[in-house]
Amino acid sequence: MRENLRVFFIGGYLSYRALFNWMHWSYYIPTMLGAPIFQILFFAYIGRYAQVESDEFFVVGNAVQLSAMAGIYGMAMTVGGERWTQTLSPLLATPANRLPLFLGRALPLIANGIITSAFAFFVGWLLLDFELTWSEIPALAVVVAVSAFSCTSLGLVVGALGLRMRDVFFLANFVVYALLLFCGVNIPLDTLPGWMQEVANRLPLTHGIEAARGIAGGSSLSDVSGLVWTELGIGAAYATAAFVLFKLFELEGRRRASFETI
Amino acid sequence: MKTLRLIWVGWKFHVKSLTLSGFFILTSVLQPIIFASVAYFMFRAGAREGTLLYVALGAGMMGIWSSTLFGSGGAIQWQRWQGTLEYCIAVPPPFLLVILPLTLATATIGLYSLTATLVWGRLFFSVPLEVAHPVAFIVALPVTVVGLGLLGLILASTFIMYRNANALSNLLEYPVWLVTGLLVSLSLLPFWVGPISWLLAPTWGINALRDAAIAGNAWPEIAMCLLLSAVYLVIGYFALQHFERLARERATLTLT
Repeated sequence: MRENLRVFFIGGYLSYRALFNWMHWSYYIPTMLGAPIFQILFFAYIGRYAQVESDEFFVVGNAVQLSAMAGIYGMAMTVGGERWTQTLSPLLATPANRLPLFLGRALPLIANGIITSAFAFFVGWLLLDFELTWSEIPALAVVVAVSAFSCTSLGLVVGALGLRMRDVFFLANFVVYALLLFCGVNIPLDTLPGWMQEVANRLPLTHGIEAARGIAGGSSLSDVSGLVWTELGIGAAYATAAFVLFKLFELEGRRRASFETI
Repeated sequence: MKTLRLIWVGWKFHVKSLTLSGFFILTSVLQPIIFASVAYFMFRAGAREGTLLYVALGAGMMGIWSSTLFGSGGAIQWQRWQGTLEYCIAVPPPFLLVILPLTLATATIGLYSLTATLVWGRLFFSVPLEVAHPVAFIVALPVTVVGLGLLGLILASTFIMYRNANALSNLLEYPVWLVTGLLVSLSLLPFWVGPISWLLAPTWGINALRDAAIAGNAWPEIAMCLLLSAVYLVIGYFALQHFERLARERATLTLT
């Protein structure tokens, strides 16, 4: 148990530090904090121009969606980076339990997603027609944390596929864009075709965004608890799928000797 | 003649090479299609009357900009990672003629975006593809690509000094989409955005394409695009020389 906790916390911490070795602050600030400002402004202004929804709709949608960025890209970079630096084989040669090994890497990314999201809400409040009362913030924080968890779980799936694919960054980019299209970030869900709504209901973010919009619109956490639990359940399902895939692709990678293929 | 041959051969090589890159296919085909779909759905859900062709052209131009930004901004970085930057600088032809075909090629690859968004829009969103002034449209297209390619030259030359050039690329994608009016009328943005947009080729490029495709006189915008291209070339030439000298002095060419 103690060893697993050590792998979870210290392994996760070291991996996150390594991530920042690749992602220096001069990389982090423009990418994780700079780009989100313009993403929110871009979609809010399209919304104004197309005369669809309010600024609040776009601030909440994009701020919650931005919590996905760290989780998905971060997990892709964790596995892709290990492969790139040729440390994936030594890592998988260790006897460490895979569950804390990879979940430990996910934890700092969830925190990172929450920070990015909080910053995005602040930017929205500062630059656009978006108000948030102090009493709404704790409930919103819970929703963002749950959404960041579910997106990082999806990131774990992407990371697991990175054990099998050479170019995991391609997949990570595709997944982030797909979330932007399907999850009602900038498009009212009920205007999407039925099959897209079906897909959206099975993806992380969709329920988190809906819950966050509800809270920003005056609902309490208990009013949107069904959505939050659904988001949490979807996150748990993706995390489980990721764990199975990690196990499967690790075996497959050993058999094919493909961990060092770049 | 030698110069033209070098540019032609380099351009052809880089277009082929970029076409084989999964990342560029994503940037130039999938990403614009996804953003175009988001925009189509938003405009459909909204109350504004207007043509979806306006959106399709804007989304296509977004892809051209992304492709130029990541391609040209990352041009130096790739050479660094591959360990070929020193050789590119040491070869007899001027560095400008080595890097220019690459920046032009990245903008050219962006044409996949425009094609993809127009075809996608036609197939799934019934976007009308009638072009009001075909000649002006055919002229506007390469002029816009050259304008963006030369803007890419400035990016490539200034990014030579930064190890984390991709971070700047990540940062500059949305702002340029916004301030050049690709999907949003510039009249909605603060007044000070106007002068910034005038300095950017995508503003004139998209206006030229829209005027040619929908209605209007595209030739003044085409002329502005050409004028800006010439200015970019001069700035790119001097910037490249300056930053190349600095990089040699500071021995930062091989930094990764």
